[in-house]
Amino acid sequence: MSILSVRGLDAFVGGQQILHGVTFDVAETGVTALLGRNGVGKTTTLKAVLGLVRRRGEVILGDARIDEARTHRIVAGGVGYVPEDREVFTRLTVAENLQLAARGDDPRYDFVHQLFPELLSRARQAAGTLSGGQQQMLALARVLLNDNRLLLVDEPTKGLAPRVVGEVAEALATAAQRVPVLLVEQNLRVVARLARDAVVMAEGQVVHTGPAAGLLADPGLVQRLLGVHREVAA
Amino acid sequence: MSTVVLLAVTGLGLGGLYFLVASGLSLIYGLMRVLNFAHGAFLTLGAYVGYEFGTHVGSADSWPVFGLMLVVGTATGALFAFLTEVLLIRRLYEREIEQVLVTVGVGLGAVALVNGTWGADPRPLPAPGWMSRTTELLGARIPNNRLVCIAVGVTVLLGLLALLRFTRHGLIIRAGVENRAMVTALGIDVRRSFTAVFVIGGAAAGLGGVLAALYNGSVAPGMGDSLLIFAFIVVVIGGMGSITGSAVAALVVALLQQFTNYYAIAGLGDFTVVLALAVVLLVRPAGLFGRPA
Repeated sequence: MSILSVRGLDAFVGGQQILHGVTFDVAETGVTALLGRNGVGKTTTLKAVLGLVRRRGEVILGDARIDEARTHRIVAGGVGYVPEDREVFTRLTVAENLQLAARGDDPRYDFVHQLFPELLSRARQAAGTLSGGQQQMLALARVLLNDNRLLLVDEPTKGLAPRVVGEVAEALATAAQRVPVLLVEQNLRVVARLARDAVVMAEGQVVHTGPAAGLLADPGLVQRLLGVHREVAA
Repeated sequence: MSTVVLLAVTGLGLGGLYFLVASGLSLIYGLMRVLNFAHGAFLTLGAYVGYEFGTHVGSADSWPVFGLMLVVGTATGALFAFLTEVLLIRRLYEREIEQVLVTVGVGLGAVALVNGTWGADPRPLPAPGWMSRTTELLGARIPNNRLVCIAVGVTVLLGLLALLRFTRHGLIIRAGVENRAMVTALGIDVRRSFTAVFVIGGAAAGLGGVLAALYNGSVAPGMGDSLLIFAFIVVVIGGMGSITGSAVAALVVALLQQFTNYYAIAGLGDFTVVLALAVVLLVRPAGLFGRPA
């Protein structure tokens, strides 16, 4: 069973078609990694699922079509989004960022503060003054506050120091015990640690799907599909 | 000395009017990226409907009636802004050029409507006699209506800051000014905030309309547009989307205008303001309190 099915998804950015019939599934549990070289349309795929870019095709969450729905309804229906470059509100405080993201009657502040104690001690600090790693934790905390059915997480370890990469991966592993995750990630060690399934894109299309372990164990395939990342995996 | 005080206080009063117009413009642009050319019409209609109310209810020189005139003007601005957003702007969602064009149309149409209904000549605004008397302050005789403009401007500033800081609507607006798409990606319908900023801005403009009529002594069809030009300059100097920036820039622009007009050549004040705009655009393109895009 899958929580998300994407069928023949086209997407357009600035009048240009970026995705051409993207088709894949995200399993009901665990982490599915969305891989590929830079500029193949991974971020656009996440945005198209959310309706943040113009799209055409079928997107099914659970058993409901969401490809006609507006972004805020899709998210309120249980899709948490952690964008590339965090996109925390830099002028708002940490507490305000969380307050804005909290949905429903019972946001899980305790769980989030237990996972990221720093967000509690820095609650009154403007989010723009946080380090990259702290901002990433805030961006993750925003979606972990709520009961989601699926998380879309875009390059959470990009630009982070190695120690922080470990912390973020740890937090994602914890999150993935509760909710399925579609993860865009360039760091193949993080992928190897977290992901069960892998979907590989090239030039706006899906070119490979299968178990992540199988893909990463095959240097030839990694080289052919992901090229530049081989040395990271080694 | 008394001249300086008089110029300063008059400038602050004018600054209050600029702020009432600019605060709404700034929030609307900050959140929706729409330059609202209809904003002057909100002000003019607020002033005229307030004026109609004052002249028909009878003794508008009584304080309660004057107070109600302010309420009527505010409500008119808010209602007209609400209708503009819901009936026109919302239908052109994400077509920002068309949105700007439709506000230009509303602005022109409203002024024509006012012209046709009330005529082109200014009409004196009924107000309590106290308004046109003066209060002595540090040796200067200050017209009381200037003091009222300052007091209302400060009250609206504090009210807006409290709204932005302490309410959920305010939180959404502040976040939306920074990154609108991300607000929707948190599951929030940001379009409801579009209507909210239009209503808030329209209310402030309508209130500003009655006060501008008090300041000028009369209502006139062109009053909104002449204030709108300076309000746009205020918004750009202050930084789009920043209420504090609008307040500071409103004072800077109004004081600069007053002092230049008096000490240099009358009429040079407007030119100086445009010069100040040019300098700000060159040195800090995002405005005094804005952030570089």
